[in-house]
Amino acid sequence: MTMVYDEALDAFEPVLGLETHVELGTRSKMFCGCKTTFGAPPNTQVCPTCLALPGALPTANTMAIESTIRIGLALNCSIAEWCRFARKNYFYPDMPKNYQISQYDEPLCFDGYVDVEVDGRTVRIEIERVHLEEDTGKSTHVGGATGRIHGADYSIVDYNRAGIPLVEIVTKPIPGTDRLAPEVARAYVTELREIMRSLGVSDVRMEEGSLRCDVNVSLMPRGASEWGTRTETKNVNSLRSVERAVRSEIERQAGVLADGGKIVQETRHFHEDTGTTTSGRSKEEAQDYRYFPEPDLVPIAPDPAWVAELKAALPELPSVRRKRLQAEWGLSDLDMQAMHNADAFDLVEATVAAGAPPADARKWWMGELARRANETGTPLADLPITPADIARVTELVASGALNDKLAREVLEGVLAGEGTPDEVVEKRGLQIVNDEGELSAIIDQVLADNADAADKVRSGKIAAAGALVGGVMRASKGKADAARARQLILEKLGVSG
Amino acid sequence: MSAITRDEVAHLARLSRLALTGDELDHYATQLDAIIEAVAKVAEVAAEDVPPSSHALPLTNVFRADEVRQSLTPELALAGAPAVEDDRFRVPRILGEEA
Repeated sequence: MTMVYDEALDAFEPVLGLETHVELGTRSKMFCGCKTTFGAPPNTQVCPTCLALPGALPTANTMAIESTIRIGLALNCSIAEWCRFARKNYFYPDMPKNYQISQYDEPLCFDGYVDVEVDGRTVRIEIERVHLEEDTGKSTHVGGATGRIHGADYSIVDYNRAGIPLVEIVTKPIPGTDRLAPEVARAYVTELREIMRSLGVSDVRMEEGSLRCDVNVSLMPRGASEWGTRTETKNVNSLRSVERAVRSEIERQAGVLADGGKIVQETRHFHEDTGTTTSGRSKEEAQDYRYFPEPDLVPIAPDPAWVAELKAALPELPSVRRKRLQAEWGLSDLDMQAMHNADAFDLVEATVAAGAPPADARKWWMGELARRANETGTPLADLPITPADIARVTELVASGALNDKLAREVLEGVLAGEGTPDEVVEKRGLQIVNDEGELSAIIDQVLADNADAADKVRSGKIAAAGALVGGVMRASKGKADAARARQLILEKLGVSG
Repeated sequence: MSAITRDEVAHLARLSRLALTGDELDHYATQLDAIIEAVAKVAEVAAEDVPPSSHALPLTNVFRADEVRQSLTPELALAGAPAVEDDRFRVPRILGEEA
């Protein structure tokens, strides 16, 4: 039986390993000129090469090689001076060739690392290798009770995805994460996703499968020095699932071990609905794939000058950028964490670039807009409002044309598709009443209607002015400048604030 | 000296999805043995100064630009398929032996 997480961690120490697949965003496939558009009708992006028709030969896509080297450099890897593709042989219809072109003992990039922050602690994740291969086709299993591979009557295959360049990033085993193992796994995949985005090499959409993660977990009794047998949980397809899959596998393995059982080295499948894993096929040994150098493709020997150029041209990496922004914006670690979780850096930075003060930019995105994003279940970046809109609203507030309450109404209007902030102000009539004559008339009316309160203020109870200001705000439908109204009220009643 | 065993042939047959009879296992074990012995002769002549080679031509870095080219139509792509369903290749059940 599974063990409760905390008890599992009292008895055992986890060792993690993560294999992440990133589909590159090249225009054409890895070894042929077929398009790579996601969601195209089945078998419309296939050709003799990616269908393995007799006589067709592969040629490597230079952009895919370049992107892989850039990924390696961003992950602090060494770049191979010379390496080859290899055939990974297996009989499974997701590849029409009966092998996948991959890399075996000569990856393009190796021995790197990436640092992630978890719970105020920096954890260094060592990268073993980054290699380039081709993605497989997509199988749909038909018949049987579950629609899953087991028990299916037959399968139907779409090869549009077969041959899209796929980069596999493999960590070295990660011991020492202890209770934070699930969070470390998630933080690592999150960091990879941001690095890929900053490099512009992939759209890294987990829900579309362009970023996929296999999670290896093993347990050893506390104090032991020898690692336990690991399992590999396949295709974990959201950041939250990465965390859940590690946790669930720790609980399951601890239960098996505590009952005196043994962990079987196997592939397991993660189920989103239950958050648990079930046994898949038993894992084939590496030698069963009968790897050998790919005879149809000549070796790759990246020119060191080219690699140096690519390295010099790397963009600012996300961790460096976060440190810079934190210093520039004067934010606390907690604020930064909240912005990280909300995926708000790009938006706030763009808003600041459009002229808004950092504090205001952050206030709107992390307040009103984050709330709206949560309510509607939309990513912040997908809200129908731009950084320029927010910058304009902060400008209108700073100039005194809007107060916070009116600014919120303007945002609401923009989100509802009523136009730019200025158009919403115009259409909804949201300007602050700056006309002294108009404001003065409203105040006179309020004073007349609230004679008691006015008398109290005259007799020195300044606090009673609050009710009068409230009355002015109501009478002006929120469009008066409250501070100016208060000033005028006190003047009219012959007292000084 | 290699001496391929019957079990090794059976394992290879399973990976290759081939159903072999007992007689065939023995038959191929002998043949594979002969092939491996023949290939092993290369090792006898390979001296220290002869680097292992995987490719016939001394070429590296043969790349193509990242340019889209015309794909086949689905009709053409599927024309040679033994079975088709929903514009996809229909294949026999996968993992039947492990279900």
